[in-house]
Amino acid sequence: MSQEMIRLTDVAKSFTLHNQDGATLPVFAGLSMSVAAGECVALAGPSGKGKSTLMRMLYGNYLCPAGSIEIRHKDGWTDVAGADPRSILNLRRWTLGYISQFLRVVPRVSALDVVAEPLVSRGLPPEEAQEKAAAILTRLNLPESLWHLAPATFSGGEQQRVNIARGFVAPFPVMLLDEPTASLDKTNREAVLDLIRDAKARGVALIGIFHDAETRNAVCDREFEIASYAVAA
Amino acid sequence: MTPESETDQQYNFAYLDEQTKRMIRRALLKAVAIPGYQVPFAGREMPMPYGWGTGGIQVTAAILRRDDTLKVIDQGADDTTNAVSIRKFFKRVAGIATTEKTREATIIQTRHRIPETPLEDGQIIVFQVPIPEPLRFLEPRETETRKMHALEEYGLMHVKLYEDIARHGHIATTYAYPVKVAGRYIMDPSPTPKFDNPKMNRTPALQLFGAGREKRIYAIPPYTEVVSLDFEDHPFEVQKWDRPCALCGATESFLDEVIMDDQGTRMFVCSDTDHCEKRRGEGHVGPAQEAAE
Amino acid sequence: MSATQTLLSVTGLTKHYGAHLGCADVSFDLYPGEVVGIVGESGSGKTTLLNCLAGRLAPDEGRVQYTDRLGDSMDVHAMSESRRRFLMRTDWAFVHQNPRDGLRMAVSAGGNVGERLMAVGARHYGDIRSQAIDWLDKTEVDVGRVDDRPDTFSGGMQQRLQIARNLVTGPRLVFMDEPTGGLDVSVQARLLDLLRRLVAEMGLSAIIVTHDLAVARLLSHRLMVMRRGHVVEQGLTDQVLDDPQHAYTQLLVSSVLQP
Repeated sequence: MSQEMIRLTDVAKSFTLHNQDGATLPVFAGLSMSVAAGECVALAGPSGKGKSTLMRMLYGNYLCPAGSIEIRHKDGWTDVAGADPRSILNLRRWTLGYISQFLRVVPRVSALDVVAEPLVSRGLPPEEAQEKAAAILTRLNLPESLWHLAPATFSGGEQQRVNIARGFVAPFPVMLLDEPTASLDKTNREAVLDLIRDAKARGVALIGIFHDAETRNAVCDREFEIASYAVAA
Repeated sequence: MTPESETDQQYNFAYLDEQTKRMIRRALLKAVAIPGYQVPFAGREMPMPYGWGTGGIQVTAAILRRDDTLKVIDQGADDTTNAVSIRKFFKRVAGIATTEKTREATIIQTRHRIPETPLEDGQIIVFQVPIPEPLRFLEPRETETRKMHALEEYGLMHVKLYEDIARHGHIATTYAYPVKVAGRYIMDPSPTPKFDNPKMNRTPALQLFGAGREKRIYAIPPYTEVVSLDFEDHPFEVQKWDRPCALCGATESFLDEVIMDDQGTRMFVCSDTDHCEKRRGEGHVGPAQEAAE
Repeated sequence: MSATQTLLSVTGLTKHYGAHLGCADVSFDLYPGEVVGIVGESGSGKTTLLNCLAGRLAPDEGRVQYTDRLGDSMDVHAMSESRRRFLMRTDWAFVHQNPRDGLRMAVSAGGNVGERLMAVGARHYGDIRSQAIDWLDKTEVDVGRVDDRPDTFSGGMQQRLQIARNLVTGPRLVFMDEPTGGLDVSVQARLLDLLRRLVAEMGLSAIIVTHDLAVARLLSHRLMVMRRGHVVEQGLTDQVLDDPQHAYTQLLVSSVLQP
């Protein structure tokens, strides 16, 4: 078996709503899993069982209060659960890519710059980063006329492709995909699946949420059933 | 010497009481010890309004001795109202000798000009100063300007010159042109024209400055370096005139424009009346004289 | 993680105003290139903390340790005033909420930008002017207005001019007090984009006080949430805003209208 890239041990999550009488909403507990290089694992389970929550915890966006979320980073492991902000930002810059369901748009920044940004933050010269950004936007069939506009006014499908391009533009060894093909037509879904296959071939470890079975079957090696770790409220 | 009878015996010598004079002399000593630094002093009410030279008069009164010869000029001239009345004042309260000749004077009190005749060792020139703080133009807070002097933070002074060039294409400040004294304090020679700035540098005479309204005294000891601020690509320059003095033909002196009639006839003449007269006495003739002859 | 030296190391910073608490026992480290946001409602102690950090206000207790370009560490509140003021016009910069507090309104835009250069010894008019014009351009101020006074500028332009004036000497650490406060939303967006770009391009470290969570999200890597002088929560910006743990942060986040 190839190298282990993601390792979750005994992860639990619950939300405490302090402003609603301290109500606690448990999500899951005792969750353990691991993903190897070149493997794509689909999170499965009915909605509301915490698939997106787990994705966000993997990215450090949601706090992980129990257990550990280890990601192979450079020559060692970084535990997202206990890492300080700087380590997480470093992880996100070099190792961990994340394609969320929705693009968080920054006012006035062009689509091309949004896509090039992960490369620029790695220290690539802006021109070189923009060339790579242009190449991947071409692959995702985003019309060139849109490249220099801010994505705020784009359609859902166009925004999603900008988001995907941003995720795939840099060679992240670990990637998280939250419904990457949700608002895409067949042609563009195919383009995204190609990107995922390429990534797997490069040895990238992927965890994804895929809404339809067809897409899931096309790229995923196995499913991880999250409902079995659910905790009743 | 003025005869004893003309001196007003009701006043102490040189108007101020001895205590006050000692206080001012102490401030002067400190000012001389720290060239260019503004020393606060307990300025007295003088029998004339602020703006008429009360600061300079107190300095002169504090340093005046019975054997001194005083010259007073206003805009370079010995015969203007202000100069005449200050001269009369000291004649009356101190009975000292007065003169209009730069060379004969031991103390020269001035409002604007430094005489064209180079000052000599042993002479003292006393400046009447309206606004002693060179940084005031851009920084209205006294606490802040004091701190800037203390910490030698003088970038702001160049901002003023920068503004000049940006607005006029050259440094348009013609008077109160800031100088750096002995490589340390920035000082305002106000309201002396910048034409006279080079005369302050390494002069053998002692230069004293008195600001009556703001109660500040500062000084430049003899032979002290006084540098006018500038930019590398906009070096300091003094004013030049494209014609000589109409009366004496001098080409190197500071000229005043005099309106002759209501037809717009103008004449440019030396602002230093003593200098002009001396040159004419030596036989120099300007264009106006030539025309008349 | 490489053992980079901290730029600012803050320990136990406390400031009282008589019986009233300004900020209490604040400790954190700031690393080169890091942007920290301080959020909280009015009166929570944000600005007091910022002023203590920037050496503008002496704390009652605690220490602010700054490491300069040479790697020398110094106590910001123990150093001489001249040293601190020198730092303030070289390595540090302070952007005020009200541009009038950070600009000289009687001096042209070019003179305002040039002042910091002249303060550190620049004496070539042509060079000073071309650098000033360059920075007006970078901060999107019409370079044709270089000789105009800032009181003829709009609020957004004044704020961009203040930023140009602060960044012209290439500082390492910028303190910002509500940099987008009092500006129209469209003007805010432009300023935010500008700040984001400059911070990234120059590799600046910054401490930004704001009550606007959107501003904090856009500009800062890390967030400190203040309430009644205490830091009640701190962490990665998106984590604090998307999964707030403290009751007060939850209230703050849920109080924002989502457009």
